[in-house]
Amino acid sequence: MPNALKPHPEPTPAQRKLLKALARLLPPACLLTDPEDLRPFECDGLSVYRRLPLAVVLPETVEQVQAIMRLAHRMRVPVVARGAGTGLSGGALPAADGILLSLAKFTRILRIDPPNALASVEPGVRNVAISEAAAAHGLYYAPDPSSQIACTIGGNVAENAGGAHCLKYGLTVHNVLGLKVVTGEGELVSIGAGTLDSPGYDLLALMAGSEGMLAVIVEVTVRLLPKPERAQVALAAFDDIAKAGEAVGALIAGGMVPAALEMMDTLAVQAAEDFVRAGYPKDAAAILLCEVDGGNAEVSHAIMAVREVLLRSGASRVRTAVDEAERQLFWKGRKSAFPAVGRIAPDYYCMDGTIPRRELPRVLREISALSARYGLPVANVFHAGDGNLHPLILFDANKPGELARCEALGREILALCVAAGGTITGEHGVGMEKIDSMCIQFQSGELRQFHAVKAAFDPAGLLNPGKAVPTLHRCAEFGAMHVHRGELPHPELDRF
Amino acid sequence: MGATDQSVALRNQVLGALEAGTALKICGGESKHFLGRTTDGQALSVAEHRGIVDYDPRELVLTARAGTRLAELEETLAQAGQMLAFEPPHFGERATLGGTLACGLSGPRRPYRGAARDAVLGCRLINGHGEVLRFGGQVMKNVAGYDVSRLMVGAYGTLGLLLEISVRVWPRPTHSLTLVRECGPSEAIERMCGLSVQPLPVDGACFHEGHCYVRVSGAKTAVQDAHRRLDGEVLHDGGAFWEALREHRLPFFAGHEPLYRIVVKPHTPPLAIAGDWLLDWGGAQRWLASTVPVAAIRHCVSQVGGHVTRWRADGSEADVFEPLTPALARIHRRLKDCFDPRHVFNPGRTYPGL
Repeated sequence: MPNALKPHPEPTPAQRKLLKALARLLPPACLLTDPEDLRPFECDGLSVYRRLPLAVVLPETVEQVQAIMRLAHRMRVPVVARGAGTGLSGGALPAADGILLSLAKFTRILRIDPPNALASVEPGVRNVAISEAAAAHGLYYAPDPSSQIACTIGGNVAENAGGAHCLKYGLTVHNVLGLKVVTGEGELVSIGAGTLDSPGYDLLALMAGSEGMLAVIVEVTVRLLPKPERAQVALAAFDDIAKAGEAVGALIAGGMVPAALEMMDTLAVQAAEDFVRAGYPKDAAAILLCEVDGGNAEVSHAIMAVREVLLRSGASRVRTAVDEAERQLFWKGRKSAFPAVGRIAPDYYCMDGTIPRRELPRVLREISALSARYGLPVANVFHAGDGNLHPLILFDANKPGELARCEALGREILALCVAAGGTITGEHGVGMEKIDSMCIQFQSGELRQFHAVKAAFDPAGLLNPGKAVPTLHRCAEFGAMHVHRGELPHPELDRF
Repeated sequence: MGATDQSVALRNQVLGALEAGTALKICGGESKHFLGRTTDGQALSVAEHRGIVDYDPRELVLTARAGTRLAELEETLAQAGQMLAFEPPHFGERATLGGTLACGLSGPRRPYRGAARDAVLGCRLINGHGEVLRFGGQVMKNVAGYDVSRLMVGAYGTLGLLLEISVRVWPRPTHSLTLVRECGPSEAIERMCGLSVQPLPVDGACFHEGHCYVRVSGAKTAVQDAHRRLDGEVLHDGGAFWEALREHRLPFFAGHEPLYRIVVKPHTPPLAIAGDWLLDWGGAQRWLASTVPVAAIRHCVSQVGGHVTRWRADGSEADVFEPLTPALARIHRRLKDCFDPRHVFNPGRTYPGL
């Protein structure tokens, strides 16, 4: 794991020239170069990767962003864009000797347009702030990653952020109708115009989840939805995690689209219960939280149907929240699961694989076997509705070798997800963290096509270089370590 | 209809075209050939590459070969109480899944349950190097790599040949009701926009010949509740109306005047362009039958931030799709070149040079 906390060497003449040029473009408060000032930007939410950039810029206008990009392009300097830095895959890890471009000063809500159910905001606006601004009109912005009080919409688009309500309301890609971006060459481009579609290729889809590799987002237009009249949640306990998995399939097959459907296993339930006293049954092998929303009558009807299916699927107990306070409490337990697990181990490492739901019982069994083999406990928190697993590996970074063992276990879990027909990342992104696991999910042809897509937007390759898509050589090296079922991946490559 | 996997034969045809330096014109059921610009390549038929590869209703995901007929696929879904949420127009019984997605068309439910592109989870395709590539997958959440699968939707086959597509499906609502009320276009726009900001199970809203049509769908209680809250007369056989609208079988579409598809923000007031109007998608997709020159229509629509597609040919050489800004056109050319450097797939179908 790169942990390049070396003291910064003296800048080279070219770097001095760059810093001088940046100082001409920006007010003094918008340019940081002192190592102490750079320190808060050395990592994102995945703090095991740290690196200091050459400079941090905090532009205040789109023109400044364009000027910075033009300068970086002319001097061939890498640029990494950053929102709130809450990402969990090292996507905002600075490039060595590069510019870290923070969008933190772009915090204006430009327009709330209730009749068209649209909001246009700057990229540094926090996810939850959009819903707060729209609330007066009975509207909200649906995607709600658990970091929504801190994470920003620009980062949400870059990562195609999800959350607990994706099954019914979609991911970021389903809720963005327009972007303004600055290209690697400093050109301002409008993609989409707030209309339901746009002429030409679907570049909005390409930008969503592009991890800052294609362009820098400077404005976002999102679709707003009417706030449901009512939501109700059922909490079901199971004595067998496989039964909980089958209950999920039965709910979906029964024609229901829950607003949220979450699963937690024993370890996660116990940690959460000890932390926030949400009223979870600590003896359960797994719990399911199933929320339905909509009109009053509809919700009353749906929650009874949910209850029935859960009991029929073998739930040992089903409770529905007696009031809004209890509903919030049930959710507080789930939303606190990560910090709760943080209390029972010195460190934890959060994985993000997605699998077809039917594979859940088998994948959980295999994760449990891997956990025993590596000697590291794993707590499972799961967006069950959309198949997105968040196994949390418990470890102690201060014990020699434990972090490496934890990462190796993590990679095995991701390989397991791919083998089950799933993916290495459902919503956290590839970033720096999962770049080697990309070699398991994709063959050389796909990776070459990804690199070509990047080059179509960023021919100089200066935007967030080295992230998200591994080079074929990197995969060849990784493949030498990871031979799956005796098949040599990327066999057409020269080995070295 | 028998399932057959023609991917090897299709790839060989692509490789042959690459070697011979000829272009290919991709054909599915030939139900949407009237759309877009003409392209003169050698016909490459995907119609025999068909069959549902994987469908488990509990997963809400269906994977099928590109040549699978839409009608067959929808029947399979209906048997399990499910559907394609984007309510795709067929424009002919031979319509295929691949062609539907390549054209990226969505029906009346689009503003409420998402577009064709929103339903796509993954695909297998042949790119312009003749490589068979797989993007996305069969799961709802997947952020590994760029979203190439959704990029293919609406690309009219100009970036690659779709072989197999996984789509997300939805439970079919058990109940549905259409309410009609007489009103003018401005009032209809207010009404339709007002509905989409209320928590009602609306999944269709249209203005046609002095009437505003609103469809609500969902569980019985939800539909009953919505009926109590909304005014208007119940339209008997509402299903037939929405199908006729989706398939352009209403008399409105039968004329011979040039027909335009205009997409604007839904709350845009009625546009002052002479002709007959039909408003779908709650006001966001508007159909115009008009003899006004296309340049004048485009000018007017661009003033309100919308875009115009020439739907039915009028013999002119004007662009079918809204011209792109220079910056976007450059990105489009580079993308075309990176997927299909020899311009073998449907060259010029969308724009000259793509």
